[in-house]
Amino acid sequence: MTLDGFENDTTARIVAVDWASLAEGEAKRLRALGVDEGAEVSVVHRGVFGTRDPLALRIGRMTIALRRVHARAIEVEPA
Amino acid sequence: MSRHRTAALVGNPNAGKSALFNALTGARQKIANYPGVTVERKAGRLTLPSGEPLELIDLPGSYSFDAASPDEDVTRKVVHGEFEGEALPEVLVLVLDAANLEQHLVFAQEVLELGRPTVVALNMVDLAERDGLTLDAAALSAALGVPVIPTVAVRRKGLDELCAAIAEAESHADEEAHKRWHITLPERRLAAKHMARAAILSASARHTIENGVDRVLLNPWIGPVILFGLLFVIFQAVFAWATPFADALEGAVGAISGWVADIMPDGFFRDFLTEGVLAGVGSVVVFLPQIVILFFFILVMEATGYMARAAFLMDRLMAGVGLSGKSFIPLLSSFACAIPGIMAARSIPDPKDRLTTILVAPLMTCSARLPVYAVIIAAVIPETTLGPGIGLQGLVLFALYLAGIVGALVVALVLRNTLAKGAASGFIMEMPRYQMPRVRDLAIGLWHRAYVFLRRAGTIIFVVTIALWLMLSFPKAEPGESQLDASVAGMVADGLHPVLEPIGFNREMSLALIPAMAAREVAVSALATTYAVDAEDEDLAAEGVTDKIAALWTLPTALAFLAWFVFAPQCISTIAVARRETNGWKWPTFMVVYLFALAYAFAGLTFWIATAAGL
Repeated sequence: MTLDGFENDTTARIVAVDWASLAEGEAKRLRALGVDEGAEVSVVHRGVFGTRDPLALRIGRMTIALRRVHARAIEVEPA
Repeated sequence: MSRHRTAALVGNPNAGKSALFNALTGARQKIANYPGVTVERKAGRLTLPSGEPLELIDLPGSYSFDAASPDEDVTRKVVHGEFEGEALPEVLVLVLDAANLEQHLVFAQEVLELGRPTVVALNMVDLAERDGLTLDAAALSAALGVPVIPTVAVRRKGLDELCAAIAEAESHADEEAHKRWHITLPERRLAAKHMARAAILSASARHTIENGVDRVLLNPWIGPVILFGLLFVIFQAVFAWATPFADALEGAVGAISGWVADIMPDGFFRDFLTEGVLAGVGSVVVFLPQIVILFFFILVMEATGYMARAAFLMDRLMAGVGLSGKSFIPLLSSFACAIPGIMAARSIPDPKDRLTTILVAPLMTCSARLPVYAVIIAAVIPETTLGPGIGLQGLVLFALYLAGIVGALVVALVLRNTLAKGAASGFIMEMPRYQMPRVRDLAIGLWHRAYVFLRRAGTIIFVVTIALWLMLSFPKAEPGESQLDASVAGMVADGLHPVLEPIGFNREMSLALIPAMAAREVAVSALATTYAVDAEDEDLAAEGVTDKIAALWTLPTALAFLAWFVFAPQCISTIAVARRETNGWKWPTFMVVYLFALAYAFAGLTFWIATAAGL
């Protein structure tokens, strides 16, 4: 299951990230923000009605915004 | 040692670096650009306990030395001593967000690996306490091997201790440092986790206000309503509050001009000072109040953390045309003036996104267009009402604003699929915690923006307006002949007129477009001059010119003139700033050509359709 389809406000553990599908700079930025295998995250907000894009992710004590296209590259399992 | 001691602030974005920098250096700051890149260099002076001065630079916030943006690249080069023209800072002040240690300690390890004399500022300990964290600075210091000083920049807490630590830090560079730290990112992250756990004495249940507030502000339904409500208030403020200040500035420039005219003998130099220098710079400086008010709101939105939420809410709309939420701030600024808007585009990490944003920024209806719109609308659009509270004139004004926004979105879409083609831009950003903005930081920020704008007004805009004045003043008119007709500008207008005639422009309009290159609203006073309306003041001139336009222009002609101003790049200062920000003439030239082409096409379409419709 990818993070995009994961339920809101539920902790997910990242099992794999398809780095190759992301632009180099974006992959760097996501990694720097702590998005990586093993990290525990939860989706806390989803964007404007209809598309539900972008989404806000709780990671540690930080909230980050990213797009659904990034979330689809992040494979997760319930933590 | 004759030269000053130096130190640099490094740390993650949102570590409170700027607040700490402001607290340490106060208003003694120098803001410039790093040569060759559009990254701001902020330097300031502080006094060490020994009385010795120290130069402190505030390096751009970084997540990693593996740079993903030009900002991060500057930071990396400076701390490695590889930035030409910038001396290697003697001491690094590593700023960490006390409430986000696990994340900030990752980059901290990269910094400490350098083996440079380093002091850690454990910043925003008050916010950490708010979140239920109690921290042990001594444990962290032991783990990192460098002094750790708890600080609250906004309350000036811990600043003396920090200065003392900076003064003492210089002696102990650690050559062995690179051996102590782990190399891979996962290892660093694990180490960060352990160090953070060891430093946190107690953590009560994760209590953060962010989630609750964000549930409202980021709500898919309520969030956009709040954002647009706020934007509405900002626009009201920009246009309503600024007027008295703008009038006062205009009056002051007029008074100086009158005083110069009184004390100096007639002649070229007096005219040069009053009509060229003072009138030219004055016409730009009147926008300062609007810019200050707009930036006040922008700075408050940034300081509170709301701006990232606004970008979040706007991202979907921007994504539709190939941009991202990060383009929202520059485009918002452009409603006051495209110059600060284009400069704000620096915060966009993707180069193609940034270029596209710069190229469409002039399409946002800046405040200089308002006087032109107001005069023409008052002259040709009847004061009828279409419904309760909806006047036809207001509706036309709204339509002009909308035309600019729609135009910008369409052009962005086209550019992102042609010239600025590239992978769909992403949108990844940290959403900072909510904070109360501090008056001191707002004041310094506002002063900084105003200063940058005035410096520009004092250089580029100054030169441009003088060149225009010379074009308008020479050669001198024969008695009985209008100066505008006889001048170089008049000759240019004669050349322009055949080109502009097909789209319904008369000769007076062609002529008015030339001085309007200095600032759009000058078109009004230029029309007044050509129609020999005898009034120095723009407002009085506007009253007179409204009657003339109502009598002399047909409706299709007037509408075509309005359509022209929606698109035309009628502002040399904007072009000059675009040149600076894109490092060359290629893109500003493209901008000018496409905007004139759009202006011509839309003015023409408006004229032809309106004529065909029998208006």
